[in-house]
Amino acid sequence: MIRVLADTFSWGTFPDAITFIVDHPGLLWHKSVQHMELSGAALGLALLLALPLGVVLGHVRRGSFVAISVSNVGRALPSLVLIAFALLVSQHFFVNNMAALIVLGVPPILTNAYFGVEGVDRNIVEAARGMGMSGRDILLRIELPLALPLIIAGIRIAAVFIIATATIAAIAGGGGLGDIIVNQATYGLSGVVGASLVVSALAFAVALILALVRKLLTGPYVSAS
Amino acid sequence: MNAFTLLAQQPVIPDFGQGSRCETENHAFCWGWVTNHWSDTLQPALLQHIKLAVIAVAIGFVLSFASALIAYRYRRADQPIGLLSDFLYTIPSLALFQLLVPLTGLTVTTVEVALVSYTLLILYRNILEGLRAVPEDVREAARGMGLSRLQTLVRVELPLAVPSIMAGVRIATVSTISIATIAAFVIPEGLGRPIYIGITQDIFKTEIIAAGALAILLALAADGLLVLLGRALTPWRNV
Repeated sequence: MIRVLADTFSWGTFPDAITFIVDHPGLLWHKSVQHMELSGAALGLALLLALPLGVVLGHVRRGSFVAISVSNVGRALPSLVLIAFALLVSQHFFVNNMAALIVLGVPPILTNAYFGVEGVDRNIVEAARGMGMSGRDILLRIELPLALPLIIAGIRIAAVFIIATATIAAIAGGGGLGDIIVNQATYGLSGVVGASLVVSALAFAVALILALVRKLLTGPYVSAS
Repeated sequence: MNAFTLLAQQPVIPDFGQGSRCETENHAFCWGWVTNHWSDTLQPALLQHIKLAVIAVAIGFVLSFASALIAYRYRRADQPIGLLSDFLYTIPSLALFQLLVPLTGLTVTTVEVALVSYTLLILYRNILEGLRAVPEDVREAARGMGLSRLQTLVRVELPLAVPSIMAGVRIATVSTISIATIAAFVIPEGLGRPIYIGITQDIFKTEIIAAGALAILLALAADGLLVLLGRALTPWRNV
């Protein structure tokens, strides 16, 4: 928390931050890769846990209580608290932070998958059944495509949460761009602000990619929700 | 008060001879520490946390309400306002706090600007969706009864939008209480402070667990209170 005296608070910090980025491409690249490895692994595992569960619960139209509770409780868990609690359970930094990030990523994915599939018009599902489609076909060919916009919106929220929290995880040995942000004594305010710009850019890039994926996958027949 | 005086005031792990054995050996949880340090550490942090969150949600609500009314009246305003709030929402919290530091310093203002930014997306969307969901025939009936545009808004459209608005306020409040813990990275305030100190100094378990549990309980309590407020505001719904 020691603030370097030479750092002044002004707009001038932003050009300095850009200079920092230009001067330290290797460092920032290394930290970005670390950041995305942790975030990507956590998002992947959260998807593996939450997506099938949400989709299946939505398909059988049971468990709205579970879906709502998970998202309510998930929101009430502050990311800093999760990271701190994980730290108390074990001293293995990577596993700790990964666990905290997965817990944060699951609720939006699960809830959106549930309500996406459950919210598909009953009439469409009945019509499909009347045409002789099996439950599995209805799920894969009717419900999933129609639920895709909401499902991807959930993944996007989870991804943004995870990238943001991976930054905070630096104080618990998480590595990544947060390492620079929490270490002003070494990198100066220009380094802190520079790394903040880079991590914001990463978050925007991921959000943008998911928006494009949604556009590609849903095509013209599903209006965005 | 700067970070140094605060650190000096706050006994983290007490010196040997002072704290109980539970504290010096850093057991899982020491009730004694919590009762001894409620008034000098936990209670002030809790009160600061509540204040940070209430101010942020109040300002966020006013801004979102005004923007939602504009977008409701002028459809063209919707896209730019939506994009801006979406943009702010996507910036990682710690990064947004630090990006504001060069402009507003290590102050409460920095924290509030960031917290307000994160409430906008949810509040704006929910207020606007609530207003738009009012059925057209209800609106026409109000006009037919001779209500002016403003009267229709205040007496018909807004009351019908209350459930959607309150759902937004609940989500925004709970998220703000969560994100306010990150404020500890820039100012020595809120429940994030004891957690931050607990992590970065010596992983003093009792302090981390006590402050973390308080933050979670505060979020759940606020959520519960807002559910009750929502019911009180829409008496016609709970017949």
